[in-house]
Amino acid sequence: MFIGLYNYWIVVVLMMVGFYIVIAHGNLIKKIVGLSIFQTSVFIFYISLSKVDGGTAPILAEGIQQYSNPLPHVLILTAIVVGIATVAVGLALAVRIKEAYGSIEEEEIQKKDNIDC
Amino acid sequence: MKDLLGVIMLSGIYGLLSASFFVAMDAVDVAFTEASVGAGISTVLMLAAITMTGRTENPSRHKPLLALIVVLITGGLLIYGTFDMPHFGSAAAPVHTHVAPRYINDSMQEIGIPNIVTSVLASYRGFDTFGEVLVIFTAGIAVLALLSVVRSPDRMAKIDSLNDSMHGEYLILRIVAKMLIPFILLFALYVQFHGDFGPGGGFQAGVIFASAIYLYSMMFGMSTARRVINQTLVRLIAALGVLLYGSVGVVAMLNGGNFLDYSALSADPVAGQHLGIIVIELGVGLTVASVMIIIMFNFEGRRDNLQNKDNEEA
Repeated sequence: MFIGLYNYWIVVVLMMVGFYIVIAHGNLIKKIVGLSIFQTSVFIFYISLSKVDGGTAPILAEGIQQYSNPLPHVLILTAIVVGIATVAVGLALAVRIKEAYGSIEEEEIQKKDNIDC
Repeated sequence: MKDLLGVIMLSGIYGLLSASFFVAMDAVDVAFTEASVGAGISTVLMLAAITMTGRTENPSRHKPLLALIVVLITGGLLIYGTFDMPHFGSAAAPVHTHVAPRYINDSMQEIGIPNIVTSVLASYRGFDTFGEVLVIFTAGIAVLALLSVVRSPDRMAKIDSLNDSMHGEYLILRIVAKMLIPFILLFALYVQFHGDFGPGGGFQAGVIFASAIYLYSMMFGMSTARRVINQTLVRLIAALGVLLYGSVGVVAMLNGGNFLDYSALSADPVAGQHLGIIVIELGVGLTVASVMIIIMFNFEGRRDNLQNKDNEEA
């Protein structure tokens, strides 16, 4: 009876993969990749909520009775583009950190900070 | 994996795969966006970033055990939480009972366009979309503030010769790109203006347009692309898109409606809706495309600047 919940489990697994990358790795670029995996898992969660069995894409046409829910599609559509814009800001910050500290490894950055103070 | 190049390539493939997930779950508009963003633009941006930050990860510390425990506990709790969720694909789930039936049943009479996603995006939730466009615009400004460099003209000449020699060899790639780019641009325009009837709209068209420009500048070098595309103009267009969106709302207010109520734009409410959607989608497309172009040019400009500095020191 739990087999109908498999979409959520895929989402949880993907989300945890992203979460693990973010907390276990010290490299800032890898952290950003992990964040974007986390983000995609949320997208898949929303889109899988909107799916209706036997439904089609929400574009009105003759002779179709059942459509999938359009609202989550709208939210995720804009979220993807906003997501890439924020990833770009994160990468830009990483580039500036590299210029200022000479490294994008979390540990080395912290070491340098401690020496400075 | 310690090699970040491999990591980024894999994440590009993952982007394309998740786009096919979205097609399988009926979200064609979303799949469109994810394919061009996840597989195209984000890969290029991350590659540009690792050319500046170095491509290998330090084989340092790593306390995987603690992280693994945290992840397993969180994951277990989340899975436990899913036991109360409605089953996948069930039509009686709470999400489908609130506003969605109204969008599906009434949008044809109220908005008059077949693509429900576009009518919800541009009309019913036009306010949200305005906010999203502003966020994208702000992100563009943030990247500009973080990475922009002032370049002097004599350095420009130096970069030219460097790039020309570098890209002279990729003859086949360059010719194929030359043939593809016009079609990609044309396709972007089709997606932009056909968004009312088929899958598509301003967000998708903006990223597809920008990816054509990315391809051009990868194949022919940044200096050529910089000569073709005027930076100041692109920045103006980014602002113009947001302004266009906002001014549609103000015009609607001047005509006696609410902010972003397109029915007030014309004597016939449905025609007014149609007009409003086309104009604001145009605004969205302009802003998204030009912000993506701004972001890439600034990453690449920063890198050229760093390389020049290294050359001078050496």
